[in-house]
Amino acid sequence: MVDIANRQDKAAAAPETETAERKPLPRWAITLVSIVVMLILWEIFGRRVNPVFGSYPSAIAVAFWELAVTGQLWSALYDSLRPFLLGYALAILIGVPLGLLIGGVRVAEAALGIYVTAGYAMPLVALVPLLILWLGLGFAVKVAVVFLMALFPICINTWLGVVAVPKTLIEVGKSFVAPDIVILRRIVLPATLPYIMAGIRLAVGRAVVAMVIAEFFTTISGLGAVIINSANNFDTATMFVPIIILMLMAVGLNWLIGFVERTVAPWQAEIAGRDRE
Amino acid sequence: MGEVTFLEVSKRFSLRVDGEVHHVQALDRVSFTVKDGEIVALIGPSGCGKTTALRVAMGLDPSTGGRVTVDGREINGCGYDRGMVFQHAELLPWLSALQNVMFGLEMKGVRGAPLREAAEKYLHLVGLRDSKNRRPHQLSGGMKQRVGIARALAIDPKVLLMDEPFGALDAQTRETLQAELLDIHARTGKTILFVTHDLDEAVLIADRIVVMKNGRVQEIMNVPLKRPRPDLSLVRGTPEFAETRYKVWRAIHDGAAVHRWSI
Repeated sequence: MVDIANRQDKAAAAPETETAERKPLPRWAITLVSIVVMLILWEIFGRRVNPVFGSYPSAIAVAFWELAVTGQLWSALYDSLRPFLLGYALAILIGVPLGLLIGGVRVAEAALGIYVTAGYAMPLVALVPLLILWLGLGFAVKVAVVFLMALFPICINTWLGVVAVPKTLIEVGKSFVAPDIVILRRIVLPATLPYIMAGIRLAVGRAVVAMVIAEFFTTISGLGAVIINSANNFDTATMFVPIIILMLMAVGLNWLIGFVERTVAPWQAEIAGRDRE
Repeated sequence: MGEVTFLEVSKRFSLRVDGEVHHVQALDRVSFTVKDGEIVALIGPSGCGKTTALRVAMGLDPSTGGRVTVDGREINGCGYDRGMVFQHAELLPWLSALQNVMFGLEMKGVRGAPLREAAEKYLHLVGLRDSKNRRPHQLSGGMKQRVGIARALAIDPKVLLMDEPFGALDAQTRETLQAELLDIHARTGKTILFVTHDLDEAVLIADRIVVMKNGRVQEIMNVPLKRPRPDLSLVRGTPEFAETRYKVWRAIHDGAAVHRWSI
């Protein structure tokens, strides 16, 4: 009796399609076409503009080559990445536990939640002079600016994730007499993981912006310095090189985080039906 | 052993609707006993308190009066003497079927080889040996609920508490699982208290039926059907089934609902 039931259920659950479906254009191909069209249009229209007011891909490529062979670009990138990565990593290390705490403990939510919500909207640029007074003009203040910009989206998302954990899943833990700390580790944390990853993704863009702000307002250095110096020389093509590199970096990090998410939390994509692309 | 007793159990909570505070008496001095090895169904219209009664017995909700005892010992929160089967299985989506069954065992402190062996034994019992590595979204509704039952049974509780376990399933799967539950009961001898809104299910499975209404026990009925009941389709054809079903139906519809329509 049991075996028959099992077979019936298996047929019901089989997700495999037997007839070959017509495959739509893969996602990466669409993106590629979009980029090529964009670059061509930019090239055509960019050439008609005075090179002080704008630039175009081939001129930017030449400027990139010049910066690359002199080594200027790589040392600038290195200078920028160090505070960026440290600040960003600190934001994850502190933002995630803080979000778990605020989401999971009623007292913590009431006591700390308001600062996190307010901090998210804080006009950080206005606070940079104050941070300089505290931390000086060097490495530390840049880390602090990146950290403060990245912390809040990570923390808020984690918090929202904890609040969104279905009550019944927590009751599963309770019904097996799991202590709170075990429920947090075995149920709340995995259930919150997609939210945490989304927060970490959102923070990438903000952290990149923070890095450039820090380089503009403290010791002028890194990619921010390349932007400022070439802008002062009306060398618009060179100015675009670090801007595009920063944008590429954000896209790359986003992809990397997505990859990590699919590795550590594969069930989320599977549940949403996004795993067969 | 596994005898569950409700002694004058009451549950009150307040509800704020449009700024007004309403007091809801979810349970009003509910008393009944589920004897060792017996299957008892809690039935009644929605909002009658049957799920609340089950949750109080599990220890998920505190009562505001009276007490629930298992083998004479008053319950205090959740415990391994009771295993809960949730309405929608509530499997942890990031764990495989086997890992879900192992979860309860791990919480109970089982480690090493016995952990895996016990989990596999109970998955086998519910007929899911070949699907142990699937994650919940790769299982059908019926398979999920089988895992839910295996997870609750694996900790070897004295009592199985089930909250509308088959309510979300299609008719065929439901009938299969009802038969399997009786089969599992015959093999394990567990005491089972289950909530249902399905008259047929209550009569087919239970030894006794507790009809609830407005938070009170309206009536407790014996089901005059012999055990074992290996073929439920035959049971459906017996006059005892029809008669009991009608009696339960009358008990549920006794009062306003029937008269309103018979004007």
